[in-house]
Amino acid sequence: MIISVASGKGGTGKTTVAVNLALSLKNIQFLDCDVEEPNAHIFLKPLIKEKTEAYIPVPEIDEAKCAHCGRCQEVCAYHAIAVLPGNNGQKGSVLVFPHLCHGCGACSLLCPQTAIKEANRDTGVIEIGERNNMQFVHGRLNVGEAMSPPLVRQLKKYINPTRTVIIDAPPGTSCPVITAVKGSDFCLLVTEPTPFGLNDLILAVEVLRKLKIPFGVVINRSDIGDGKVEEYCKQENMPILMKIPFSREIAVSYSEGMPIIKKDASYQDKFINLYLNIRAIKSEANSRY
Amino acid sequence: MKICVTSEGKTLDSRVDPRFGRCRNFIFFDTKTGDFEAQENTNAQFQGGAGIQSAQLVASNQVKAVLTGDVGPNAFQTLQAAGIVVFTGAAGSVKEAIEKYKKGGFTAVSGPSVVSHSGKQEMKK
Repeated sequence: MIISVASGKGGTGKTTVAVNLALSLKNIQFLDCDVEEPNAHIFLKPLIKEKTEAYIPVPEIDEAKCAHCGRCQEVCAYHAIAVLPGNNGQKGSVLVFPHLCHGCGACSLLCPQTAIKEANRDTGVIEIGERNNMQFVHGRLNVGEAMSPPLVRQLKKYINPTRTVIIDAPPGTSCPVITAVKGSDFCLLVTEPTPFGLNDLILAVEVLRKLKIPFGVVINRSDIGDGKVEEYCKQENMPILMKIPFSREIAVSYSEGMPIIKKDASYQDKFINLYLNIRAIKSEANSRY
Repeated sequence: MKICVTSEGKTLDSRVDPRFGRCRNFIFFDTKTGDFEAQENTNAQFQGGAGIQSAQLVASNQVKAVLTGDVGPNAFQTLQAAGIVVFTGAAGSVKEAIEKYKKGGFTAVSGPSVVSHSGKQEMKK
């Protein structure tokens, strides 16, 4: 089973939930897909055994073959190619803007002259490690790189279906999140009882409904803020699977890179229960169809 | 000779739009005949690549020079590849900018005058 942990708003406790859930269970593979700022390794402390570079395929034009027909520019959804037809007997030219390219491959596939090859552009690294029989994979996007989905996609190729896979997703509701949670069997939405938490939770719920991924809510710092998040969950008939009250102790241990369950062992049962609840929801959903 | 001025409106009395890639309109002006034609810039709303698309649009109109406020790196590179001379710092009405250009009041730029997505920031204001 693949369980992803997401949130609309940043800083609600995705990594805290993902890491503690992972440490409470057995036969886990952990994927930190928040490649713009991966931080799960700080808590899981894996020993990195393998490192591979991540690439995105960008077009390389063979000027000798190119007829400047403009087909590549037409099919590029990201405006990463400019074809300038020549005039007055002057030869045209093709400009490629690699930083706008998403590596979809349409240009090279559809070039009538087969004048486009794909060249690899380095976007980051993937690191693979292990700790106490937990498999660990994360990606690190290069500083200044604007596009994370290709790296997230490459990272997800390492998913081990023989294990319970926990994906720590990036915050937000745009492409990087969608790429990270796509294909999950279940998604945990971590939120906080504030107007910001609620606003972004609603957006995240819309995304998951569109992706048809079953989900449940975890409310972090549940005893501060207001009751609007709970109200919303009730109204929308969404299960609240766990509440973590605010605790200075948890905050301190977080800042020291220590998981909650190492500080307060009673949390291990709570996270195991969370997992069992997810399984129950999943099997109920399966029997319904 | 045909030149292009980025413009807020569609007449010669309109103000020069200081952005290139995300300007509202392009005014194509024939310096020989004094004829002009306005074209709305449909690339202005693009998330990315507006400058490149706008530069291509301008290039497809066989323009020799562009008068605008500022130009970003991608647009500049594309305009340069198309052999179009770029003049930045244009302000006031389109008519005034054209007059100044005719008198040789602008100096061609040899590189972009602003960073990427500057026009997008401008739009948010």
